[in-house]
Amino acid sequence: MTVRLYLWQRATAAVMVPLVLLHIAVILYVSRQGLTAADILSRTHGSLPWASYYALFVAAASIHAAIGVRNVLTEWSPLGERGAGWCALSLGIALALLGFHAVVALVLM
Amino acid sequence: MPAELSVALWRGAEDGRYETYRVPRRESQTVLDVVSFVQRHIDPTLSYRFACRVGVCGSCAMTVNGKPRWTCRTHVAKVAGDGRLEIGPLENLPVIKDLATDMQAFFEKWQRAKGVFEPSRTRLDAIEEIRPDSPARRAADAAIECINCGVCYAACDTVRWNRDYLGPAALTRAWTLVNDERDAGVAARLQAVAAAGGCHACHSHQSCQELCPQALNPTAAIAGLKRRTLAAYLKGEIEP
Repeated sequence: MTVRLYLWQRATAAVMVPLVLLHIAVILYVSRQGLTAADILSRTHGSLPWASYYALFVAAASIHAAIGVRNVLTEWSPLGERGAGWCALSLGIALALLGFHAVVALVLM
Repeated sequence: MPAELSVALWRGAEDGRYETYRVPRRESQTVLDVVSFVQRHIDPTLSYRFACRVGVCGSCAMTVNGKPRWTCRTHVAKVAGDGRLEIGPLENLPVIKDLATDMQAFFEKWQRAKGVFEPSRTRLDAIEEIRPDSPARRAADAAIECINCGVCYAACDTVRWNRDYLGPAALTRAWTLVNDERDAGVAARLQAVAAAGGCHACHSHQSCQELCPQALNPTAAIAGLKRRTLAAYLKGEIEP
């Protein structure tokens, strides 16, 4: 891992700390209140704050996970730095696409 | 205290195996004494490396009952209470024969980390005054006693998983020189340790710190390098 990847991984981790805590709080609230999917969507539909919150979460998680998986593949697979880099980039893009698709569904649908 | 020790020694190269010998148990016996007894009285073809026998040269490190140690400073009583010893070559290094490893990669990484002092003055200049109690000098002094025995390198999981990783000894040497106010090669050194296989590959498992016979703390040195390289990168002083 280079200093640039190190910085991105630590920075995205720092960004995710409050986001994860709020996400867990939301999960607890939803489960304790017994909210249905329709209830949740009615609250998130058209909400710029929820869209921004989860879009930032998806971006940070995609970058953070990709760098972490890159390290695992570099050390534990025969792919080498270059191969691990391409695999991790693919994973990051896939996570971002799936995540942003979910955000769009949450806010616009 | 048992009258005899059961000693399994690694014989051969990478594809070798452990062979067991019976060695008399003696008072104040070190693991190096045990290896030397086998070589002098049982099998003179046994290959191993040692020089000073008193913990100064760092050449007698081996894997003793699963952990890398200086054999000259390891008493049998400390590691073989049940009278059994398993002694192998240092891990993470190619085996030449028996207990002797090829340390070329270890020393090449030391150089790759720019572990050589780069003088900022010539012999014609006045001697630079360095306060021994300055924070930088204290940081430099913290690991100045490293003698490159390779114990930390053999203990390191990251070295095992990533052959490109510089390892605790080379990075600790780099940290020592980064803090040496007389050194003129800091920028190049930070650049070298910030690249792939450098300080950011460390997982902070702290095996190096736990097993260093000199009680040095390479993990702290590597953490220091992470901070310094990050600051240098953010200031644009080194390339990613």
